[in-house]
Amino acid sequence: MSTGMLFALVGALLFTMGAAGVALPGAPLRRIVAFNVMGSGALLVLVGLAQRGGGVDPVPQAMVLTGIVVAVAATALALALARRLGAPGARAASGDDD
Amino acid sequence: MTDPLPWLVVLPLAWASVAFLLGPGRGAVLAAFGVALQCALAFELAARVQAAGALRYAVGGWGSPLGIDWYVDGLAVLMLGLTQVVALPLLLYARSYFGHAGAAGRYFWPLAGFLIGGMNALFVSADLFNLYVTLEIVGLAAVGLVAAGGGAAQLAAALRYLFATLLGSGAFLLGVALIYGACGTVSIELLGPLLAGEAPRAVYVAVVLMSVGLFLKTALFPFHYWLPPAHGGAAVPVSALLSALVIKASFYLLLRLWLDIFAPLVQPLAWLPAVLGSAAILWGSWQAVRAEHLKLLVAWSTVAQIGYLFLAFPLLATQAAALDAVVFQTVSHALAKAAMFAATGVVIHVTGNDTVAGVAGVAQRLPLTLFAFALAGVTLMGLPPSGGFLAKWLLIDAALAEGAWPLVLVVLLGGLLAAWYVFRVLRQAFLLAPPTEVAVRAPRLMEWSALLLAAASVALGVRGIELARLIAPVGAS
Amino acid sequence: MRRGAVGVAALLFAGVLIGALLGLPAPGAGLPPLVTAQMGNSGVTHPVTAVLLNFRGYDTLLEVAVLLVALLGLLAVQRSERAVAPGAAVEPVLQTLARRAAPLMVVVGVYLLWAGASRPGGAFQAAAVLAAGAVLAHLARLLPAWSAPRAWLRTGITGGFLVFLAVAVALLGGGALLQYPPAHAGLLILLIEAGLTVSLALLLAGLFLFLSEEGTRR
Repeated sequence: MSTGMLFALVGALLFTMGAAGVALPGAPLRRIVAFNVMGSGALLVLVGLAQRGGGVDPVPQAMVLTGIVVAVAATALALALARRLGAPGARAASGDDD
Repeated sequence: MTDPLPWLVVLPLAWASVAFLLGPGRGAVLAAFGVALQCALAFELAARVQAAGALRYAVGGWGSPLGIDWYVDGLAVLMLGLTQVVALPLLLYARSYFGHAGAAGRYFWPLAGFLIGGMNALFVSADLFNLYVTLEIVGLAAVGLVAAGGGAAQLAAALRYLFATLLGSGAFLLGVALIYGACGTVSIELLGPLLAGEAPRAVYVAVVLMSVGLFLKTALFPFHYWLPPAHGGAAVPVSALLSALVIKASFYLLLRLWLDIFAPLVQPLAWLPAVLGSAAILWGSWQAVRAEHLKLLVAWSTVAQIGYLFLAFPLLATQAAALDAVVFQTVSHALAKAAMFAATGVVIHVTGNDTVAGVAGVAQRLPLTLFAFALAGVTLMGLPPSGGFLAKWLLIDAALAEGAWPLVLVVLLGGLLAAWYVFRVLRQAFLLAPPTEVAVRAPRLMEWSALLLAAASVALGVRGIELARLIAPVGAS
Repeated sequence: MRRGAVGVAALLFAGVLIGALLGLPAPGAGLPPLVTAQMGNSGVTHPVTAVLLNFRGYDTLLEVAVLLVALLGLLAVQRSERAVAPGAAVEPVLQTLARRAAPLMVVVGVYLLWAGASRPGGAFQAAAVLAAGAVLAHLARLLPAWSAPRAWLRTGITGGFLVFLAVAVALLGGGALLQYPPAHAGLLILLIEAGLTVSLALLLAGLFLFLSEEGTRR
């Protein structure tokens, strides 16, 4: 098995674990971390599969850079929401029933 | 005249940034001018597509697979036109609404600009990875708009919406990764022939992942759980934008993929969206019938109306009228739901009460707004001569030709349930009003933009021929 | 109950996904030959930068928009009456370290920006280092948290994106959106990257400093 495929397989596992973590109810911070695990998994599959042949493909590398920045943005927004929810006076209705 | 296509993407991004530059709460006039100009650009583009057929545009001049392509056919141009045409009255409405809403409107204008720019970019993109980025712009802007200036319940709804939309785009991204790994390209044009033959199993997994991700973003039953609190809890202009347009963006992408590159792979699965859509119609309508709060009633009605969009999926391959039905439902629901939320906003503003019981007396105090609500209701129920009637008529016609009578039954039952929840509000409105202490005046601009949208949703049924001609290239693609 | 159902679904999905990955046929040549063939026209010598800023530069334009949207969403949920005051506690070791590190981080940031054309680096990496410097200074209480963005900050944050948009539109005259003429591609890319470095540094720092309650008074 090539290194690229190994990356892709690990990425598949990370994605699955992360997605389950986002889907399950729980503390917002835990779900935000899970989202990051999920995103990293998907990006690892993207670069891993493209490098199965051994060479480096710059196109998915650039896509992954874009994907990381998008994940940073989403994480920041999620943290801002979670933080405001956790702020005093906002706690009353923050029960996670989804 | 220069090519209108790049400006439809660049212009909203530019005015959104400048609106932020101007400062909190500023930019309303800029936004209105921007969207008015985008309307003109969309119509110019529609004329060009009608004259010359579908357009292809190589961003950066490279062309796929190295660069990113845009592809604009009748369906894309219809969505572009619909988005600008619905956004314009809603932005005028928002200018009046946020004039007296304080903190909630501080960053509405730049966020709305990025939302519209993201949707326009989504409609024209023909590159799967680029589509993922546009999905994220639309998703994050929508969540920001829902959360803006809100209390705890609204923030919780926004966070729940954010997790749903991130899960959806995450699944879409893994699908893109699998397709790139299997085929070596993300260009929709080049993927067509690659997926038509014998596709590896990873591609099937990708198709399922991307479809489920888009179901989640479109809030198809049972993935609708995030929609009622988000659309019911946001500021009224935001609810209208989200219910009328944002869910249509992910739906459009799903439709485009299922009609085009996924078509040879999803044929055995085509009944699944119809089953989920039927459940959405029945469950969503029933919840709307039971809703205590006015905005929640309208939000649950959205869950139901999304269902109609998916009913036609098993008929798409064989019945040409099925696609027309989907398109008419998309357009008429966008207009009617924008109108209904707008009218609801006026009612809540004037009565100061957001429950269905609080509507009592509105028939005397707000006849114009109630008329707009009723007209929008006519479209949602599917009564002639509205656009909703045309959509449901075409759908029933296609279903009967295929012998799919359960679909006909669902359409008829859904119409009855819609009549139930619309008349619940109307009957309450004609009850005598309890004496009011202070008379709040209804802002003219808000009342008239609601009426304009509602009238358009009904007129669509009368002038349907023109629209059918506009989307004629769709059938050819 | 729900936990168990999600767990079983995840296990099943992981199995199917891994099976599908292992069943993939050997990869074809893919895009690398195309990238190599066009490197001469890209204006830079590093292939990833060529894809990021030229071949798929439009993705990068939209990605900056995503970051702006996240910051706008963050600001929209912020309390408007946030008052910011410098913190009281002083941590001498951390402060000395931060003071020493700050100039170094600026140098590294500028180097990364410049290096992006020919080796790993670029605007995002440079901006991340600069923003990290701002966060470090904030944690050492040298820099207070930010309240509502002033005009200069708004200009700085949107400036890079507007420069990028302006270049994209200016190139419309030569053919298509973002179609660089090969002769000037290198210079234009450097201009965009320089603008983005400043804006993204402020943006990324803002994602932390607008959110921070450190040294704020309610």
